Amino acid sequence: MLPAPLRRMRAIAVKELRQMSRDKLTLAMVVGIPLLQMAIFGYGINYDVRHVRAGVVDLANTQASRSLIADIASSQVVDFIARPAGADELRRLIVSGEIHAGLYIPPDFERRRIDATRPVAQVIIDGTRPGVDTAVRAITEAPLPGRTGFKRRASPAIEVLTEFNPERRTAVQVVPALIGVILSMTMVIFTAIALVRERERGNLELLITTPVRSIELMVGKLLPYIGVGLIQTTLVLVAGVVLFDVPINGSLLDLYLGAGLFIAATLGLGLVISTIAATQFQAMQLGFFTLLPSILLSGFAFPFEGSPRVVQYIAQVLPLTHFVEILRGVILRGATLGALWLPVLKLAVFLVLAVALAAVRFHKRLD
Amino acid sequence: MNESGAAIEAHGLTRRFGAVVAVDHAELSIPRGRIYGFLGPNGSGKSTTLRMLCGLITPTSGTIRVLGLDIPRQAEALRTLMGYMTQRFSLWEDLSARENLEFMASVYTLEPGHAAQRIGAAVEEYHLAEFFERPAGTLSGGQKQRLALAAATLHQPSLLLLDEPTSAVDPQSRRDFWESLFALTARGTTILVSTHYMDEAERCHALAILDRGRIVANGAPKQLMADLPLQVIEIETEDTVGARAALHGLDSLRSLAQLGLRLHALLAQDVADPVACIESLLAGRGVKARVRRAEASLEDVFVGATLPRAGQEH
Ligand SMILES: Nc1ncnc2c1ncn2[C@@H]1O[C@H](COP(=O)(O)OP(=O)(O)OP(=O)(O)O)[C@@H](O)[C@H]1O
Ligand SMILES: [Mg+2]
Repeated sequence: MLPAPLRRMRAIAVKELRQMSRDKLTLAMVVGIPLLQMAIFGYGINYDVRHVRAGVVDLANTQASRSLIADIASSQVVDFIARPAGADELRRLIVSGEIHAGLYIPPDFERRRIDATRPVAQVIIDGTRPGVDTAVRAITEAPLPGRTGFKRRASPAIEVLTEFNPERRTAVQVVPALIGVILSMTMVIFTAIALVRERERGNLELLITTPVRSIELMVGKLLPYIGVGLIQTTLVLVAGVVLFDVPINGSLLDLYLGAGLFIAATLGLGLVISTIAATQFQAMQLGFFTLLPSILLSGFAFPFEGSPRVVQYIAQVLPLTHFVEILRGVILRGATLGALWLPVLKLAVFLVLAVALAAVRFHKRLD
Repeated sequence: MNESGAAIEAHGLTRRFGAVVAVDHAELSIPRGRIYGFLGPNGSGKSTTLRMLCGLITPTSGTIRVLGLDIPRQAEALRTLMGYMTQRFSLWEDLSARENLEFMASVYTLEPGHAAQRIGAAVEEYHLAEFFERPAGTLSGGQKQRLALAAATLHQPSLLLLDEPTSAVDPQSRRDFWESLFALTARGTTILVSTHYMDEAERCHALAILDRGRIVANGAPKQLMADLPLQVIEIETEDTVGARAALHGLDSLRSLAQLGLRLHALLAQDVADPVACIESLLAGRGVKARVRRAEASLEDVFVGATLPRAGQEH
């Protein structure tokens, strides 16, 4: 026979699970939110510019010029889909929007290769399209191995080498962190609403006249949602591997332990919100109010290294900041939780403070 | 705990919500093993008083002792001794009747065997079998109320607070409900019930009449009716309009209510022969009527107690 506090906690958790299983919309959200988010952030928002439609004019048509074209095409940043006859036609295609970039190799290409004072070729870019300029400019500057005969002029002093994401794909950076964003989104709002709903429907007036203690009520309500959060984590992880080829370099156990800690911390925040909000609508609003800074400041999508100091302090208070750190560490860099002890500790402190604050704020009284 | 003492004692119990005085210096002494009623109109402070008695709301001032415990300080110790039925249905509407009872049983940490036996007894006693597996939200008013009473009594509390338990219930179900309450008191349970129905108030062993936060009368219903400091006169007439006009200027008239072709009048006690007095007033207007004295009802007590205070000053 379990001791009374544990039995009451279990009673709350079982009741919560039962109610959850009857709420079809909530169940749909458990699966729907992660999938929608994956689609939006994984496919919809993409800073990688690839397969830019381009044209090439090769008036030299020598061995070296053909090799230069093949070389640039192999980067896949541009696809040479048009071969206009001259510079004028190339420009016309860009104006009409059929292509967004063009490579022009003049007839005196071979002479220019020897003459270091004059450019060998010209790249024309449609400046009206975001992202294209940076991407295409980058490939013309890169020292590609097949670009023989340019050694004297263009070899850069520093070799650029991007580790853990050599192709510099946004999905690899975003998808692991997306686990944290999705959990923040669903967990805070689920718990906040779970308690506020009972207040709104009058259940709380009955519940607080029973022997259930505040802390038992809080923990009992958290437990089922930790399970829901771990299911969501799995969903995003599987989708990330299958759809976006995200490598999982670290241990799954570390990953789930970290996720469990973050889920509990986020749920704690939800409970605090639920002690402040009087209606479900207010709980939703407060949930989104904490969500926005989490998404913008956690380093999930925007690097916060460049942010002002105050903003960096705010970011430190957000559990998502530390979880994004843990996620990228474990999933991409193969780090262990031991190596990531600092963000783990910060999350744990947040969890304890949040649950304590919620239990203190939640008096077993109506006034 | 002293078994002989009152179940509930309150002195100078007051609660303000901003400018509103919801409960104003209430004095309560409620004996054990009885049904005690709070009778009062909407907003008279019935719910607020009940909530203070179970520690849900802190009094602005005053002291409360419930079953020998100092409330709200010792409210947690009261939890297992007390059952509370809120004015609004407060069980979980998306859980079935059975699941609601099972949940309440585990929250009160009844031993599994004992819980099953208590739930079985409740199904029997409150006729829950026909809707036992249905979500509580789909139940009728009377079914919800039976379920709520079953939930409030699962742990066999010695004190039961019921806030307007029969407001959504037909007269037959109300009678059945009161049978259940008497069965509970027969086993020693103290019951405090709020209502605005006269017939219910009359069933209580004793009651307090609340008006705008104040207890304006209290005692056993029979005693209150006998002690009413007003004279009750009934006037039967075809010409109720004329009769009303004739009585209009009468100083000692405290209240006049019409029931069909009868006028029900409450007069101050300073009128020596009220029947003769009224007959002469009616005759002066040429109104034909039968005038007679009547027994005071609880409604008369209620009306008398809740008259505008200015009217009581003579
Ligand atoms: N939480 C609150 N905040 C402000 N005023 C309140 C609050 N609760 C009650 N009141 C006020 O206190 C007074 C008494 O209310 P209470 O609910 O106790 O009356 P009641 O006798 O139970 O009425 P009813 O028969 O309508 O249930 C009312 O004027 C009400 O508006
Ligand atoms: Mg009320």
